[in-house]
Formats: sequence, structure tokens, C-alpha cells
Amino acid sequence: MAEGRSTLSLPAWTIYLPFLGMVVLLLWDGISARAARWLTLGVLVLAALVALGTAVGYAPGSGVVEVTRASWIPALGIEYYLAIDGISVVLLLLTGIASVVGVLFSWNIEHRVRAYFAFYLALVGGVYGVFLSRDLFLFFVFYEIAIIPKYFLIAIWGSTRKEYGAMKLVLYSFVGSALALIGVLAILVMGWRLSGTPTMDLDLLARLPWPREFQLWAFPLVFVGFGFLAGLWPFHSWAPTGHVAAPTPVSMLLAGVIMKLGAYGALRAGVALFPEGVLAWRELIVALAVCGILYGALVALVQQDFKFVIGFSSVSHMGFVMLGLVTLHAKGLGGAVLQMFSHGILAGLLFGVVGRMVYDRTHTRQLADLEGMQLNRVLPFAAWTFVLAGAASMGLPGFSGFVAEINVLVGAWHAMPAAALWTGVGILVGVAYTLRAMRRAFFAEPALANPGPPPDLPPITLPEKIGAVVLLGSSLAVGLYPDLLFRFAMPDVTRLLSWVGKGGVL
Amino acid sequence: MVRALSHWELLKLGGAEVILVIAGLLVLLLDLGWMRGEPRRHRMLIAALLSGVGCLAAALWAWQGGVYGRALEGVLVVDEGSQLVKLVLLLMALATVGLSVQSRFTRHVGEYHALLLFGVVGMMLMVSTENILMLFVALEIASLSLYILTAFNEENPRADEAALKYFLFGGVAAAFLLFGLSLLYGLTGTLDLRLMGSVLAERGVDPGVAAALTLVMVGFGFKVAAVPFHLWAPDAYVGAPTPVAALIGSGSKVAAFYLLGKVLLAGFHGVAGSAAWRELASGWALVLAVMATASLVLGNLAAIAQGRLKRLLAYSAIGHAGYMLVGTMALADPEQARRGFAFVVFYAATYGLTTIGAFGAAQALEQAGESDSLEAMGGLHRRAPFLSFCLMIFLLSLAGVPPLVGFAGKFFLFGGALGTGGGFGVVWLVALAIGMSAVALYYYLRVLKRVYVAEAAETASPLPLPLSVAIVLAVLAALVLALGLQPGLLVEPLLQAATLPLGG
Repeated sequence: MAEGRSTLSLPAWTIYLPFLGMVVLLLWDGISARAARWLTLGVLVLAALVALGTAVGYAPGSGVVEVTRASWIPALGIEYYLAIDGISVVLLLLTGIASVVGVLFSWNIEHRVRAYFAFYLALVGGVYGVFLSRDLFLFFVFYEIAIIPKYFLIAIWGSTRKEYGAMKLVLYSFVGSALALIGVLAILVMGWRLSGTPTMDLDLLARLPWPREFQLWAFPLVFVGFGFLAGLWPFHSWAPTGHVAAPTPVSMLLAGVIMKLGAYGALRAGVALFPEGVLAWRELIVALAVCGILYGALVALVQQDFKFVIGFSSVSHMGFVMLGLVTLHAKGLGGAVLQMFSHGILAGLLFGVVGRMVYDRTHTRQLADLEGMQLNRVLPFAAWTFVLAGAASMGLPGFSGFVAEINVLVGAWHAMPAAALWTGVGILVGVAYTLRAMRRAFFAEPALANPGPPPDLPPITLPEKIGAVVLLGSSLAVGLYPDLLFRFAMPDVTRLLSWVGKGGVL
Repeated sequence: MVRALSHWELLKLGGAEVILVIAGLLVLLLDLGWMRGEPRRHRMLIAALLSGVGCLAAALWAWQGGVYGRALEGVLVVDEGSQLVKLVLLLMALATVGLSVQSRFTRHVGEYHALLLFGVVGMMLMVSTENILMLFVALEIASLSLYILTAFNEENPRADEAALKYFLFGGVAAAFLLFGLSLLYGLTGTLDLRLMGSVLAERGVDPGVAAALTLVMVGFGFKVAAVPFHLWAPDAYVGAPTPVAALIGSGSKVAAFYLLGKVLLAGFHGVAGSAAWRELASGWALVLAVMATASLVLGNLAAIAQGRLKRLLAYSAIGHAGYMLVGTMALADPEQARRGFAFVVFYAATYGLTTIGAFGAAQALEQAGESDSLEAMGGLHRRAPFLSFCLMIFLLSLAGVPPLVGFAGKFFLFGGALGTGGGFGVVWLVALAIGMSAVALYYYLRVLKRVYVAEAAETASPLPLPLSVAIVLAVLAALVLALGLQPGLLVEPLLQAATLPLGG
């Protein structure tokens, strides 16, 4: 593999830093809440800077660049193998931004602060690990590491029906990863049989001549298994309840990066390995994805709880990712990668506005209650952030959402024109539910002729403002200059497609 | 192989066991003699120290002895694999002793430690034999010691009942096993498993062999607490002194699975049959697959309904026996058999270490005068942060969450089983097992929810943690994490040992 020779060991620190931070928090018994916050922020800013440095140091188009490679369990060909390519660089950037902003939105956590940030750091470390792993076993290890902290973060610090939401989320994740695990084991066994030596190196696995019958049953296992976490309809129902139950920063991470883990797994272990499986199952998966887009959007349209609106919109937006993945077309796949980034940023922002800026101040998320509060006057920053984020989320040109979704649509048009049509309907409904929620929550005219004075709410704090600006800025930058990310993702998308022998027409 | 061994050589082969027997007798002598009038605390400490030294000496012998060989038609077989497993067993014995040092459940200190050591000797003999007569004797040494130990709990009035139940079920199962073994002896004319293996392979599965196989599998099914021979387990686990329950759940299981694997590999390789979907064929694989299915489903589902930690662990142990039985499917495939064997032993060993830890947590609760009911564990994280953290590690490892060792164990186990045969015949069983581990996560999380999510009452005071228990918990938790991060430490030597010719 000529392209994978050069090495770069720095990116591995995105994994080590959060886990080190976690260990420090676990051992440092008497740490004050303030110090724990700053420690976490410092660690994650550092990790994000490493991620940024990785992106800057990575020459687009240089393929798979090894980060660390060491023998781990030689009997099964399992290696501790971290590497980056253009696609993982995009997701590392996303994780960097989302995790830092998440800490900023956690600034008001006062209950069991040390434990909160320890779990938070474990979660982020696992996420970085997933995006850096190039060995399927290692990938799976990090993937599962990211499951358990979510349970505690939601069950301890969450709100509405938190224990139910946490358990549901964890069990869905675990059932999904159980399906995927069967697929992973089958890949190990079959790959061993095909190549004569055991290997879990994803790039080597992608080049094996998998028999068609094997692909036919292994692909749906892996794709749907990972799809659980990506909110693939009809296995999505953990997502709205989980997002609503989670504390705001965790909702931001859940929707922002955790759902991407599923999509990333489906891409790496499903699409990249089993192109014939994709082709055979494509109609069904496209149908599921389109159902997800429409269903999520329609259900979001009738929600009374503001946070549920965003929760269901996540299902809808993730449908675009899953749709793009199975188009096997460069634009569709590239769009899917970009949509992962874009949705990660925007969902985080929307949850931040709804959960932290509004709910933590008004203590209600019912649209009917919010209508009377004239929030556009009381919390103008929140209102205008939501306007911009909502516009970006509904696909207004100039923001990242537009670029991503239009590319997915083009890809889908090549793969299945009918799907593109229905997806278009989904986008329209997206406009409708965003506008509805925006109007009712922020810009409703008071029903009474003589409304009382607007409630006295604490102003938006500086960390929140910084977080919102960072997220909006990222979305805007990518929207105005999509090549910022495309130049990383596209060479690897085309390389992936050339492996699978289905180089789409650009 | 048939070279006669001198008594000296024989003694060296069984050196570890001999040391342990001597240690046991010494403890008995010392405690009933000189220490008689001392307070219980001192007697416990001295007996534990002596037992610990005995275990360490035996471990040193097993590790450094370097004497391998096969004596008396396979009565004593010492090879790298058996010595490695003995080390694990001795570690478990040490942990068990450590858990009971500061406890008050018995006045019979000397007998307790002596029986414990004799039980471990039985287990060590189980992993060191390829002879069906010795197999039975070793199994009985281990079992009888454990039956008696179960009744040692003076604090729990139900201990006697539990011990009696354990004994009666065990006796019946031993009868089954003995009947099956005698049938096999009659059919093949040899006690040596390896000779038996070649005879059986030629003979194939005829009705006589099928009956014998089934009887033997029933006997093992009892030992490992597989459904439908599990009925003793929940009562014995709850009634027995907690350290003894830990040993029943760990050492006894490791030895039983090592022995089962040995029997399947050396003796029954020609009569495996098949549990592959649509290719079912009679043989031990089918019997074990049925037991595995039942154990997985019943153990895991019944664990959901439990309200007490020890009972929950008992049912989860039944589920884990199911996982390990799934792993034995790999032994039906000549190409996978050795590897599959190593994986099953790895799982049993790491499961054992983890489960001792979980029982250790229950022991800590009991010693503090608390109940092990989930209700009483609410908010434990505030009252005993270290204990809670260790319990979290053990339970998550049992659930199979990386980077803890339970995940690596399951990955190996199921990977080995999945690779059997030309196709993916036993994928149905593997899928069931993986599905059930999702169920398992649910009930383990229920415990952790009580410990970490629920808040303690305002009046709750910090929970004292006895030093000896704390040390055991810390060591085991560190092992669970270290072996999870670097499973190769244990699995590579096991694989190496398993690929050597049987018996060295």
C-alpha cells in the first residue's frame, strides 16, 4: 500500500487527551467544580487544536495516512491501528468543534460536576477513537466505549423521563451494535478464509473478493446494525426520546457526533466492504432513508415540545446521510460526509438554543407556553441564533446544510430518481416545521390584547454566546466555501468508489 | 509415553497439588492445635496467611517447575496449558481467601481453609487429567469440598438447605456422569481419554455412544450450572458464604470447562455431531447446543427479575455458562478446535476473575451489615466510591463492554464458534448469544443505576470497606482492565499451549 507510508503520530493525542483528563478527574478527589470545568475545557480545546492541526497537516488526496500501528492481538490479526484519511479528517474537525462547544454549554452544571465531566471526557475520547480507527476490532471497541457514558450522562443529569430515555437509548445502541458485531465476526472469519491470514485492517478487508452470497447477508447486518445509532428509520425511536431526556450538552453531542458514529461505521464496514451487498439492498435502504426523512419531518411538524421538534428533525436529517451512503455515487457519498458535518454542527446549535438558552431559563419547552413569553424581546440573541440555525438547517444556500443536501440529492437522482423526488418533499416539510417552531417559540404575537410584561429571564452568558458563534461560523464557512471540506473528503470518496468498482459519474 | 515414571518424578509432576494438600493439613493442624484458644480474628488471619503462602508456593511450582509429562494412562497430565490454568485457579483461591479474612461467617476457621484448599486441589487435578476414572475422582474432590463449604455460613439459616440441595443435585449428576463414563469404558475398553478418542472416532455415533455422551454431558451440565441442570445454582450462590459462592462461580467453572474441553478434544473428537442449522447431527455438539440455548435464554431472562445482587449474579452465571457452551461449538471443527479451546478457557478464566470481584462487592456489603438487595444499594456511589467504581468495572465487563476483558472474551468466544465448519452453520446460536448479551446489559445497568443514579438517603453514612476486601477488589479490577486492554497477555499463551500436541 504505497499511499499509506507516511506517518503522523500527533492525531492519536485526540484520543489520549480526553482519557487522560478523565483519569485526572477520577483521581483528583477534591477538585472544585470550577477547576473541573476549566480542566475539561482545556483538555478538549487542546484536543480540538490537535484535530485542527491534523487537518492542516493532512494534504488532501494523500489517501490513508498512518498515525499509529502496533500489533495487538496477533493471533487474530488485530492491530492497534490508527490512521486518517480525508473523510476522517472532516469528522475529527466536527468532533473537535462539537466537544468544545458542549463544554461551554455545560458551564452551568452544578450537580456531581467531577463525575459529569469524567463521563463526558470518556464519551469524547471514544468518539475520537472511532474516527481514527482503521482496524475493525479497534473501531468496534471505541464504538462501544462511547455507549456506556451516555447512559450515565442522561440518567443522572437529564430531564424529562431521563431514566427511561437513557435505558432506551443504550439498549437500542447495544442491540444495533450486537447486530453489527455478528457482522464484524463474520467479516473476521470470512476474511481469514479468503486471505489465508487473519486481518482486521479495513483497507485490506475492502480489497478482498467477498463472495456475493456472503455480501448479501453480511451487508444488511453491518449496515443496519450501525444504522441503529445513525437513526435509520424504523430503528430511530431512541433518538427523539434520548435527545429530549439528555442534558443539553449531551443532546448536542448525541445529535452532533454520536449519530455520526453509526453512519461512519455503516460507511467503513458496510459500504466500503460490500458494494454488491449495497447494490442488492439499495432499494430497501433508500426506501428506509426516505421514510426517515419524511417521517422525521412530518412528526416534527406536530410536536408540542420544542426539543422533540429538533429531536425528530435529527432523524430526518440523518436520513440524508444514510441515503447518500448507499447512492454509490461520488456526489451522493461526498454529500453524505458533508451532511454528517453539517448536521453535527447545526443540530448541536439547535439543541443548544432550545435546551440551554430557552429551557434552562423558562423551564418549559412546550411551544404553547413559550408563545406567551415574547422571547424575541427577552432573549434576542437566542431568537436570532435560532433563526440563523433554523435557516441553515432547512437548507438555505450559504449555509452548510444546503451544500450537503443538494449533493446528496444529485447522488440520489443518479441512483434512484424517485427517491430524489420524495426527498425534495421532505425538504419542504423541513422548511415548514422549522418555521412553525420558530414562529411559535420566538415570534408569536401574544394572544391577549394586553399581555403582561415579558418574563424576567437571565441574559445569555458569554460561554453560550461563544459556543453559538463558533457553531454558526463553522456552518457559514462551509456553506460559503464548501471546498473547505470537500477537498478533504472527495479524493477519498472517489478512491473508495474506485475500490468498490462503481466510480460514479462526477 | 509408556515409560514408567519413578515415584520421585510422579511427585514432581503433581508438585503443586502436593504442596497445597500439605498446606491444607498444616492449616488444620495449626488451627485445631496451637491456635485453639486465640480470638477468631487472629485464627482467621493466620490460617489465611498460611493458605496464601501455600497457594503462592504451589503457583511458583506450577510456574517454574518446568516438569511436563503424562503418567499412568493419562491419570496425571501436566503440560503448559494445565499449568497456566492452575495459576489462574490459584489466583482465584487467593482472592477467595482474601475475601474471607476479615469475615465472621464461621467459627471453624481451620476446616474452612483446609476444605477450600482441598477443593482447589480437586480443581487442579481436574485440569491435569486425561483419564476418565481420575476425572471422576478429581471432580468429586472438588465438589465434595464445595458442598461442605456451602454449609459453612453460620450467619445464613438457609445455608444448610442450599448445601443439601447442592449436594443432592450434585450427587445425582455425579451418578449420571459415572454411568456415562462406565458405558464409555464398556464400549471402548479403556480409561485413557486419548485411546478412547481413537476408538470412538472409528466407531462413530451409535445408540450406545449417544447414550453415554448424553449422560456425560448431563454431568458436565450440572457442574457448569447449565439449564436444565442449574436448579441448585441460585440457592447455593445465595446460601453459601459469599467467598465460597465466588469460588463456585469461578474456579469450579474454569476447571470444569477446561476438563470439558479436554474431554471433547481428546476423547470425543470423532463423535461431535453438528449443531449447524439444517445440518443437525447427533453427537455432543447438539447436546451442548441445546443446553447453551436454554441457558442463554433462561439465565439472562431470569436475571432481569432478581432484586438481590447475589441472586442476579447466580442467574447471570447461568447465562455465562451458556456463552461458554456456545464457545465449545468450535471444538467440533478439527481446524478450529484448538483455538476454540483456548478461547473457551480464556473466557472462563476472565469471567471467573470478574465474577469473584462482583461477589467481593457483595461480601463488602455484607460485612458492613448491609443487604445486597438492589433497593439498599441506592446511592452507593456516595457511601463507598471505591467499591462502587470496582463494581461498575466488574459488571460492565460481565456485560461485555470494552475496554474491559469481558468484551475481548466474548469476541474470541463467538468468533471461534462462528468459524466452525465450512459455512456459518452455528450463526443462529452466536446471534442468540450476542442478542442475549444485550439483555444482560439491561440487568447489569439496573444495578449500576441503583448505585450511581439513585441518591442515598440523607442519613446514609459512609460504608466501611475492609482492607483485605479492598485489596482483592483493586487487584481484580486492575486485572479486568489490563486484560481488556491487552488480552494477548493471557490468550496468546493459552493459544500456544493449545496448539502443542495434547499432553506435552
